[in-house]
Amino acid sequence: MKLFRFRGGVHPESHKEAGDKAIEVLPLPAKLYVPVQQHIGAPAETEVQIGNKVLKGQLLAHSQGAISAPIHAPSSGTVIDITEHTAPHPSGLGVRTVIIETDGEDSWVDGLKTINPFELNTEEISARVGAAGIVGLGGATFPSAVKLNLGLTYPISTLIINGGECEPYLTCDDRLMQERPDELIDGIRIMLHALKAKQALIAIEDNKPTAIERMKVAANLFDNVTVTVVPSRYPMGSEKQMVQTLTGLEIPAGKLSADLGVIVHNVGTAFAVRTALRQGRPLVSRIVTVGGGAISSARNLEVPLGTLVSEVFEHCGGFNEDPARILMGGPMMGQLLPHTNVPIVKGSSGVIALTKKEVAINQARPCIRCGSCIASCPCGLLPLEMAARAKSGELQGAVDYGLMDCISCGSCSYVCPSHIPLVQYFNYAKGELAARRRHKQKADETRKLADIKIQRLEKEEQAKQEAAARRKAEREAKKKQQEAASA
Amino acid sequence: MIIAIMSLSLLGLGLGVMLGLAGRYLKVEQDPIVIEIEAMLPGSQCGQCGFPGCAPAAEALAEGSASVTLCPPGGRLLAEELAAKLGVTADFSGMDEDEPSLAAVSESTCIGCTRCFKVCPTDAIMGAPKQIHTVFKEACTGCKACVEVCPTECLQMHPIKVTLGTWSWPKPALAA
Repeated sequence: MKLFRFRGGVHPESHKEAGDKAIEVLPLPAKLYVPVQQHIGAPAETEVQIGNKVLKGQLLAHSQGAISAPIHAPSSGTVIDITEHTAPHPSGLGVRTVIIETDGEDSWVDGLKTINPFELNTEEISARVGAAGIVGLGGATFPSAVKLNLGLTYPISTLIINGGECEPYLTCDDRLMQERPDELIDGIRIMLHALKAKQALIAIEDNKPTAIERMKVAANLFDNVTVTVVPSRYPMGSEKQMVQTLTGLEIPAGKLSADLGVIVHNVGTAFAVRTALRQGRPLVSRIVTVGGGAISSARNLEVPLGTLVSEVFEHCGGFNEDPARILMGGPMMGQLLPHTNVPIVKGSSGVIALTKKEVAINQARPCIRCGSCIASCPCGLLPLEMAARAKSGELQGAVDYGLMDCISCGSCSYVCPSHIPLVQYFNYAKGELAARRRHKQKADETRKLADIKIQRLEKEEQAKQEAAARRKAEREAKKKQQEAASA
Repeated sequence: MIIAIMSLSLLGLGLGVMLGLAGRYLKVEQDPIVIEIEAMLPGSQCGQCGFPGCAPAAEALAEGSASVTLCPPGGRLLAEELAAKLGVTADFSGMDEDEPSLAAVSESTCIGCTRCFKVCPTDAIMGAPKQIHTVFKEACTGCKACVEVCPTECLQMHPIKVTLGTWSWPKPALAA
């Protein structure tokens, strides 16, 4: 198959130390901290109360709104609290969290239905995927059912299964492809059926030879599922870059890949879809890579959602030196964690503890306009120009230079010889612009509400006058009657 | 002589009629810049700027007799937009100090007097006589009109809490 090249990109050291470590099941922790927001969109609304007994896979919180996902109990036990607990997020802010004390039984909820998914139509499959709480497991955590439903509104020709895993350290998708290729292919075929797409392309970076070999064997049975080897270059695993590599088409600014007839799903998502449809089991655990120089032994673990990061690290033998930085996800785009007392969530592809040497914090120096960032940008933007504008507060200028097309991959920051925090400026500018949009929306809303109030007051005033006029007329009529009677 | 008087009178009459018609049909209701500025203001008529409503404030802004930083609910963003619109420079430094806050009713001290929701410009307070009132956070603009009329001081301004949805990265520290 002919491949195309996306522009830019970088080659960070891969550090895939955990690539040959088989997936281990983490022993069940005593307490699980399950946040009601583990996805993009509206937070789920809790259904259980403190003191309730729950079974594994039981609904804890239902989804709210079109873009949301439900949350299920990762194991059986008792709900001991529903409170604010620190979210796995750089802000260190709290998020509503259901805390479950596990009973060690790990017994599944009754009435799980198994069904032949190929007898279902698109709506039925995406309804089941939605009810199972499945979100994009590559880390973006966008509700998968919404993406499967795009098959109804867009003519989809190709389903791309993203096995790129271009972030250093992470090996969870690699291990999944090595150990469970048949289940994965089954999940991919279910998604193909739901999207009514002609073919599925499984894209795997060439640094995962075992996964490629095993997936090829499993995919061989089906004509419409093909394994494609793509070069290892960050950010290959980004949706836009992956679509471009495989199809040669660039997703236009502000459009979806579905506009090109392509949908991209992560391999982990395909596995979760298979579990949900074949076994009727919701998403309650995921594969997490534990890595980084500060970890005694890097591993791949199957972890119940809601397990604290500290317990995951402990299981891997703790730290061999004090970590300088702890990340959820990979080192390029992962979320900085405030501490390890935060839970594993649906989007946690890895927890990485980096040493001081690996972090290598350098003092930023002035821009020498070397253009390295421009050469590395996979979106063809001018990071130095955007950063200069974001720095001086001229946000509209940064937007004019294409800030909204930036995917925050961090390639520019990675190559900058002056160590300028380029992507950090873009993240700041995007946040600030979002705040301004919210402010503007609120102002428009206020104007509408104030107008409605003025109209209401006018109406009330009019009604009052009419009532007064009516009373006056009645009084006069009465007076006339009395006069007529007395006359 | 008569012809001259007649023609001049006719001319005067004709032009007079034309002027009268023009005055009626081509009337400029208001300074257009005032209308544009008024559309930018929040429109809640809260009166925090010291003018009786958004329209008088817009007039004052257009005349240049008021500062672009006059509108607390509009905040710094509006001040910047106004400055750009009017082509003036202003000192925005004082505007970040007031952290955005919303009104909330303390249920233990509310006596159900109904005064607050009568003054609320956006109908953000619900209540009935002798019933505890409540503020709809989504509709509150933080104009403080209710705080001033509350007889028991149960209405207080509370800073808006940052959530995961509204948090964003701070600006990276400037290079040394």
